[in-house]
Amino acid sequence: MRPGFADPVLDAQAAFRAVMQAMARPGTVQRLAAAPDAPPPIAPAAAAVLLALADADTPLWTDAPEAARGWIAFHTGAPFVAAPEEAAFLLATSAMPPLAGLRAGSDEAPQEGATLIVQVGALRPGAGWRLSGPGIAEAHRLAVAGLPADFPAQWAANAARFPRGVDLVLAAEDALAAFPRTLRIAEEG
Amino acid sequence: MRDPVRSPEGAGAPGAEHRRREPEGRDPHYNFAYLDEATKRMIRRAILKAIAIPGHQIPFGAREMPLPYGWGTGGIQVTASILGPSDVLKVIDQGADDTTNAVSIRRFFARTAGVATTTRTAEATVIQTRHRIPERPLREDQILVFQVPMPEPLFRLEPRLAETRRLHALADYSLAQVKLYEDIAQQGESASSYNHPVLVNGRYLMSPSPIPGFDNPKLDRNPALLLFGAGREKKIYAVPPYTPVKSLDFDDHPFAPMRAPHPCALCGSTTHYLDEIVTDDRGGRMFVCSDTDACAEAAGRAGAAR
Repeated sequence: MRPGFADPVLDAQAAFRAVMQAMARPGTVQRLAAAPDAPPPIAPAAAAVLLALADADTPLWTDAPEAARGWIAFHTGAPFVAAPEEAAFLLATSAMPPLAGLRAGSDEAPQEGATLIVQVGALRPGAGWRLSGPGIAEAHRLAVAGLPADFPAQWAANAARFPRGVDLVLAAEDALAAFPRTLRIAEEG
Repeated sequence: MRDPVRSPEGAGAPGAEHRRREPEGRDPHYNFAYLDEATKRMIRRAILKAIAIPGHQIPFGAREMPLPYGWGTGGIQVTASILGPSDVLKVIDQGADDTTNAVSIRRFFARTAGVATTTRTAEATVIQTRHRIPERPLREDQILVFQVPMPEPLFRLEPRLAETRRLHALADYSLAQVKLYEDIAQQGESASSYNHPVLVNGRYLMSPSPIPGFDNPKLDRNPALLLFGAGREKKIYAVPPYTPVKSLDFDDHPFAPMRAPHPCALCGSTTHYLDEIVTDDRGGRMFVCSDTDACAEAAGRAGAAR
């Protein structure tokens, strides 16, 4: 069994602050200095987010293989669920599950919408999509490699049901970015 | 306050290697920043959802803190959950760094987290505040944590929380608009000089906590992240950076922040928000800046100019 955070208290704090920065300033890419050495195929940034935020109170879904699931279960204590729509946290290491099928919360309790961590190929700030919304002064640009081709359409549908919706964390190696449900994505040619 | 209690075990004790990153001065009897890790995770999850749904109140399991409700238990729990060893903490109470509440909270985190503290707005990375927003414009690398006594902006108009949740779900804020209309019809202006409700990102009506109306415009498109914690009411909410925040008003009666029409008696500022201080029992009074750091800075500038 590989270890989790070298310092469970301060590394979790650093990981949380990175996610909070990413969520508060969508489209910025945060790097995690002290991410755990997770078993493949879990990216270090995705592992850090799970270890910082998941526990016995957060039903978890993942497509990762058994060895990786054992590592997550050991370090977080989070109960696994088989159906994506039952999960509070989801980790997609390969194909992203359709956003419409995930927990979106209710109009009275939109905070019950799921947090989906998607491992992507690369995050390149300054290029690609034009992002706007709360947390962004004018616009941020971010190119994401590895999301489904219909992602912008899925995301528009997710944003249209605000305040219900799913929030996204994108992880690539030790880097992460976040898309809160308020984010608007414009594709530019 | 007594000195931090030292562990009798000393540096060579088992487990000491896990604490080597802890800064000098931190009391090792407490977990970093007082709260246990499970509580921090719960609060951190609430903070992330609060940022994703600007202005929406997220319920959380507020813990009992070593100070009474009304002294900033919500703000302290938010601060404890975000604070890291490299943060520099400033705490203000009605703008002042030197009140019992502000000094106690600063000492609390110096002892339990070992963080550096400051009274200078410009030096702080995390600012916990009761009822003011600092005069100095905040930066992108700063986080402002508000202590909130009553997070529900519709509380005086609709006492049933189940009903206010439904009104927020429907974005039905007619009660607040009728109240504002009646204030204006009867008195010619809004009756709330503080805690004037705001609409966040055009969707959620939010209590800005009891900041004076003077500070309301500073909420709008602020470069800093604004977090709100209500301990007794067990709610957390947030305004992300650069988010539009509009004070509730009418087109023909735009929101007008108020400021006492005097210069500060100490620094001479004509732009800072002022407190009125009664100086004797014959009607004597003086007006001084509420923000002690901004006042000292302005007084320093005025002194240097002379």
